[in-house]
Amino acid sequence: MSLNDSKLSRRRLLGGAAAAGATLPVLHELVPHGPLHGTGTASAAEEMARDLRSHRAADHLGAMGKVDPNVNGFDPQEILRDFDEGRLVGGVREWDVVAEEKEIEVAPGVKYLAWMYNGRIPGPTFRAREGERLRIRFTNGSQHPHTIHFHGIHRAAMDGVPGLGAGNIQPGRSTVYEFDATPFGLHLYHCHSTPLAEHIAKGLYGAFVIDPKDGRPPADELVMVMNGFDTNFDRANEVYAVNTVAFEYLHRPVQVKRGELVRIYLVNLLEFDFVNSFHVHANFFDYYPTGTRLEPRDFTDTVVLGQGERGILELRFPYTGKYMFHAHVSEFAELGWMGFFEVSD
Amino acid sequence: MEAATAPRTRSRAPVWLAGLAPLVILALAIGLFVVLDAPGLDRIGVPQEELAVERTVLEPGQIQLHVRNDGADPVEVRQVIVNDGFASFTQSEENIGRLGGAELDVSYPWIEGQSYEVSMLTSTGVTITHEIDAAVETPDADLGFYGLMALIGLYVGVIPVAIGMLWLPWVRGVDARWMRFLLAFTIGLLAFLGVDALLEGTALAGTGPESLGGAALVWLGAAAAYLLLAGVDARLGGKGAVGYRAAFLVALGIGLHNLGEGLAIGSAYAIGSLALGATLVVGFALHNTTEGLAIVAPAAREGRVRIMRLVALGVLAGAPAVLGAWVGASAFNPSLAALLFGVGAGAIARVVVQIAPQVRDGAGRLLHPLAVGGLLAGLVVMYATGLLVSV
Repeated sequence: MSLNDSKLSRRRLLGGAAAAGATLPVLHELVPHGPLHGTGTASAAEEMARDLRSHRAADHLGAMGKVDPNVNGFDPQEILRDFDEGRLVGGVREWDVVAEEKEIEVAPGVKYLAWMYNGRIPGPTFRAREGERLRIRFTNGSQHPHTIHFHGIHRAAMDGVPGLGAGNIQPGRSTVYEFDATPFGLHLYHCHSTPLAEHIAKGLYGAFVIDPKDGRPPADELVMVMNGFDTNFDRANEVYAVNTVAFEYLHRPVQVKRGELVRIYLVNLLEFDFVNSFHVHANFFDYYPTGTRLEPRDFTDTVVLGQGERGILELRFPYTGKYMFHAHVSEFAELGWMGFFEVSD
Repeated sequence: MEAATAPRTRSRAPVWLAGLAPLVILALAIGLFVVLDAPGLDRIGVPQEELAVERTVLEPGQIQLHVRNDGADPVEVRQVIVNDGFASFTQSEENIGRLGGAELDVSYPWIEGQSYEVSMLTSTGVTITHEIDAAVETPDADLGFYGLMALIGLYVGVIPVAIGMLWLPWVRGVDARWMRFLLAFTIGLLAFLGVDALLEGTALAGTGPESLGGAALVWLGAAAAYLLLAGVDARLGGKGAVGYRAAFLVALGIGLHNLGEGLAIGSAYAIGSLALGATLVVGFALHNTTEGLAIVAPAAREGRVRIMRLVALGVLAGAPAVLGAWVGASAFNPSLAALLFGVGAGAIARVVVQIAPQVRDGAGRLLHPLAVGGLLAGLVVMYATGLLVSV
C-alpha cells in the first residue's frame, strides 16, 4: 500500500492495480467478470498450431540472405586457403602492401566503410620460413595515416609504430619494413596508428605465418581470423565472423576430407570484446598456443583467446557429415561467428 | 467616389486569382528546385535514420513491429537482432520512406514474461533498438476480446458515472451557496482531469514518432477541441451554459476524457501491462463516480427531472471509455492517442470556462471562500481517489 511511487499518471498506475487483488472478495463474487480472468478459449488444434509456430521459430540459424563475394571483391572461401608467400628477390622475401578504404558488406545487406590491406579483410596471410629475410613495401592508398605493425622479433625502427622509424605513413606515401622471420609460429600484423582500436576494428589486420625450419607435417591448412564489426560506432560489435562475413561458413561449409590432417591457423583480431573463443563440435584438436612449440599444449575442443592471441589447431575428422564450429561465446555465435565443416570421403 | 472605384475597374482579374498567384509561383519554384536537384545545396553529413515503433504485436514464435520512419532519410532494415542474435524476419517495405510505415514480422521463440531487445540493423550499419519490457501474447481481436474491452469500459466508465449521477436528488435540495460550492467542486475535478489528460498525452506522444508532431499534437488537439466547442456554442447562440446545457457540456468533456482513459487501458491490456481484477475496477468506480456528480450538479436547478436525458448524459460521459478500450487494444497508435488526449483536455477547458460564471456569488466574486473550497475539494478528491486506483 505504499504511496511513495504514486504518480498522477493514471495509465502508469494501472500497471500495479491488482497487486492487492485479495481485497473485496464479496464483490468479486457478485460482479460478472469471468472474461477478466482469461482471454477466451482456444481449441486444442489451435493451441497445437501455435506451439508449432513458436517452436519452429527456434529452428532458425543465421541472418537473412547471403553476402555475394563479388560485392566485396574478396571471398572468405578463398581467404581460408590463401597463403601469400610473396616473391624471392635476391634471397629476400618481398611483398607489396597497399592500405585502402572500401565499403563492404559484413552481413547480408549491411554496408560498412572498411579499411583494409590489399583489398581484403583479413589482409593477406603472409607466409615465410624461419630465418628468412622479409621485406614489406607498404603504400598508404587511403585518406588516413597508417602503419603495419608486425608481431615478431625485430628492431624498434621496423616496429610500425607512430614516432619510431618511419612512423605513421601519410596518405600517398610509402615505406619499407624489413626484418627477419623469427620466431616460428603463428603471428599477426595490424595497423598501429591512433586511435588504435578504430584502426584495427575497421579491418587493418591479418595473419602472419612463420614455418619452422623443417616445416610442419603436410595438412589441409586453413586460416581463420576471428573478427567483428562495429557498424554503428558504439564501440561494441554488431556483427561477428571468421574471415569477415557473418555466417559465411554456415551457408557454404568448409569442405574437408575424412581422416586427413586439418591444420587451422586461428587468430583473434576482435576489437572491443576482451575474449573470443573457438569450439568444434563432435571432435577434439591438438592445440599449439602461438604455434611456437612443436608439441601441443592441450587436447581439447574449446580454446579461449584474448585480443591478439592466436594458436594452431590440428585435428582429423573420423566421420563424414556436417560439424558445427563457432565461438563458445554464444552471443558471438548467434551474431555471425558460426559455421560448419562438411566432411566427405 | 471616382477615385475609390478606379483601381477596381482597372484590374479585370478576379480577386481569388490574386490570392492564388503566390501559391502557383511557389509550386513552380519547388518543382524547378526539385528538378534541378537543389542547386548550390550539397548534402552534408551522414543519413539520419530513425524509426519509431508505434505498435508491438506478440504472437507465439513471432514479434511484429509496426514502425514509422521518424527521420529525414529513407531507412532500409537489413537484419534484425533479438537479444544479441540474428533472427529471421519479413518486412512489408524494403525501403521505408520519410513518414512511411512498415510492418516487420520477426520469427523468434520468445518466452512469456521475459524482456527482449529488438535491434533493427539498417543498410548503413545503424541499429535502431526497441525494448519489450515483458513479453505477453497480444490478445486476438475477436468477439470475446471486444466483449472483454466493453466490459472493462462499462466497469470503469459507464457504471461509476451512472452511480455518481444518483446524487441528483441531493444536489437539487441544496441551497444556492452550496450549489456554487458544488459547481466549483465540479470545476476542480475537471481541472484535475484536464491536467491529467495533458500529462498523459504528452507522455504518450513521447513514445511515438517525433516527426508526426510529438507532444505538439496534444496541444493542437486541445486548441482544436476548445475552438470547435466554442464555435458550436456561438453557432447555437449560447450565452453561457446553465442547466442541462451545462450538464451536456460537462458530460461531453468527461466523455472525451474517458475516451483517452479507455485508450490507455486498452493499450495497457494489449501489451500485457494491465493487471485486471477487482481492485482496479473498484478503484475506478470510486474515482469516476465523482464524474457523475460533476454532470448532475449543473442540472440541479432544472425544473423537471428527465430520466432519459440523464441516461443519455451518462452514456455520453461513460461510453467513450468502451470505444477507447477497443481502439486502444486493437489499433493503438501513440500519435492518435496523444491527439485524443489533447482533444479531451481542450474540451474540458472549454467546459470549465462555460461553467465558471455560475460560481460567482452575489457580489460577483469568482474566487470567494466557498468557491476556493470547492475547487480544492475537487482536486483533492480526484487526487485521493486516483491513489486508490494505484493500490
